[in-house]
Amino acid sequence: MRTPLTLRILQSTPRAGWIALAIFAALAWIAVPVAHAVLPDTHPLHLSAYTVSLLGKILCYMVVAVAMDLIWGYAGILSLGHGLFFALGGYAFGMYLMRQIGRDGSYQSDLPDFMVFLDWKELPWYWAGSDSFLWTLLLVVAVPGLVAFVFGWFAFRSRIKGVYFSIITQALTYAAMLLFFRNETGFGGNNGFTDFKRILGYAITSPEMRATLFALSAALLVASLVLGRYLVTSRFGRVLAAIRDAESRVMFIGYNPLHYKLFMWTLSAVLCGLAGALYVPQVGIINPSEMSAANSIEIAVWVAVGGRGTLVGAVLGAGIVNLAKSWFTMSFPEYWPFFLGFLFIAVTLYLPDGVVGLWRRLCARKAAVPDAPPVPAARRDARPVSAARPPVKDPSDLPAAKGAEA
Amino acid sequence: MSAVTDLERAAMESEDQRENWSGNASTGHVVEPGALDLSHNVILYLEDITVSFDGFRALNQLSLAIDAGELRCIIGPNGAGKTTMMDVITGKTRPDSGRAFFGQTIDLTRLTEPQIAHAGIGRKFQKPTIFEQHSAFENLELAMKADKRVRRTLFAQLFDDDRDRIAEVLTQIRLDREADRPAGLLSHGQKQWLEIGMLLMQEPKLLLLDEPVAGMTDDETERTAELFVSLAGKHSLVVVEHDMAFVEALGGKVTVLCEGSVLAEGDLAEVQEDPRVIEVYLGR
Repeated sequence: MRTPLTLRILQSTPRAGWIALAIFAALAWIAVPVAHAVLPDTHPLHLSAYTVSLLGKILCYMVVAVAMDLIWGYAGILSLGHGLFFALGGYAFGMYLMRQIGRDGSYQSDLPDFMVFLDWKELPWYWAGSDSFLWTLLLVVAVPGLVAFVFGWFAFRSRIKGVYFSIITQALTYAAMLLFFRNETGFGGNNGFTDFKRILGYAITSPEMRATLFALSAALLVASLVLGRYLVTSRFGRVLAAIRDAESRVMFIGYNPLHYKLFMWTLSAVLCGLAGALYVPQVGIINPSEMSAANSIEIAVWVAVGGRGTLVGAVLGAGIVNLAKSWFTMSFPEYWPFFLGFLFIAVTLYLPDGVVGLWRRLCARKAAVPDAPPVPAARRDARPVSAARPPVKDPSDLPAAKGAEA
Repeated sequence: MSAVTDLERAAMESEDQRENWSGNASTGHVVEPGALDLSHNVILYLEDITVSFDGFRALNQLSLAIDAGELRCIIGPNGAGKTTMMDVITGKTRPDSGRAFFGQTIDLTRLTEPQIAHAGIGRKFQKPTIFEQHSAFENLELAMKADKRVRRTLFAQLFDDDRDRIAEVLTQIRLDREADRPAGLLSHGQKQWLEIGMLLMQEPKLLLLDEPVAGMTDDETERTAELFVSLAGKHSLVVVEHDMAFVEALGGKVTVLCEGSVLAEGDLAEVQEDPRVIEVYLGR
């Protein structure tokens, strides 16, 4: 009678999705590591360290985009502070990386260089345990999770919604950035952490380590997609989308929206933290600019470009925008902000459901040529919880119905 | 999280207790905290409820009692406080003074909206509020009486019993052919019915229905009246309505509200002859 959970997780992602994930996994876990770490530099298929870390970085961004889509696309809560959780995960892992430098820093001290520079004699209390890998893993999950939980508890309990919530999250990440900019905070001030040497004693720049970090990022992306798909197709996901569409109704049928929002919000932050922890060793630096307002807004742009409430759209959006960014910042660095702004306006005006929405519309049109009604096909795709909003006219908004009611 | 789950656990326990209670009702009168106590055959008491908004008294010492299994109609001119009364009962608005009890023991002024829903009060809004992106079936699934805590819904499954129950209600509200359509695409009357169906899925003891037939065709209105009459007895119903033909078809006791308090109470015919009621409705 009761279907085992593993089977339900398997069923929640459609067959085409599993095939795509399998192809992706084969590329990320076999092809890329081989091309980078096994093939000699001179081989035409060799991937350079630059390419692998760029791709690894984008994989981490994709995880953030999935996390953002879960909370924005499905729960209708637009966070403009997700960069904070990403950076907190990054800083938590960065502390470990700083301790792994050991006495190989410029000052040959046990303390990280910036502390020596500030003339500190010992580690601040919150650095305790930062040389332990396991403790660090705990921090990577717990710090963004706890910050999100406490913030979300107060915000959702006060029923702060919509644009007000977005503004507060923006303020939160901005405040955190100012805090981390200060040298006294103990996280390296505006330089942040850099010059990493090792993880678990292995050199961070070795091809094997790069390939491993890349494969782990890919694994995290696969895991967050599968988990996300399970969540949004479960009854939990339907409640979440119901909260997005008619919160008061949800309350009157006996669900407490606070718990649902808080769970999704905290989980989303934890995913961002994990992505941040994998991001930092691959790019080799973490500093407070990761918490800048613009960074968090960019995350929302990725999801909007890809298509909200689709998960796969978030991944595509993060990929498209970041590849475009890499190319732009190399070719026309000064035009990138203009392009990003243009992209956001264009997507909002012409592609409200993003790239995935465009794809679905094209498919629906193709299907509509032989068949008559195009709507059900598109709708079936979008089920069970769709963020694609059909133009539903509520009859009670019509003047005639209003008159009848009164 | 623990503080909140305690609250929810309390709500769930009270539900369990209520089931136990109804099971051995013959053992005599024992007051169980959190359980719906119908020992005096009254399901809802409102006593001297006053609610003010910026000095305007939406409810003015309103007192009202609904019997278990009763079908009560509330009528009254615009601004009489009908919707505010519903808000007080469901916990959306807290009264400035007065008491609101569900059965003999459950103090509604101390519970949150979800807790009140768990206790057994279901509400239909004036404007149909359903989940437009979800199918009719999913709307009913979400409303279904179940453990509604996060960790349960994460792993919740639909069993055959649940499907049967949903199918039964879909038939009852005449939406069995529309089960898989997004609720946003249903007609206005169908949306109203879907919302009533969602109430039924919760198996509430008391249903509050705010203008349930607004925007319905005559035919739909007639069928809705039949449905409500069939529900009375098993459930208690409080219906706020302007449509006098509908009120007449329901045939229950009628309460007239005016300026936040009860003006008259009785059969529809009695009430319609009351000179004060005539003045309120026709005099100005």
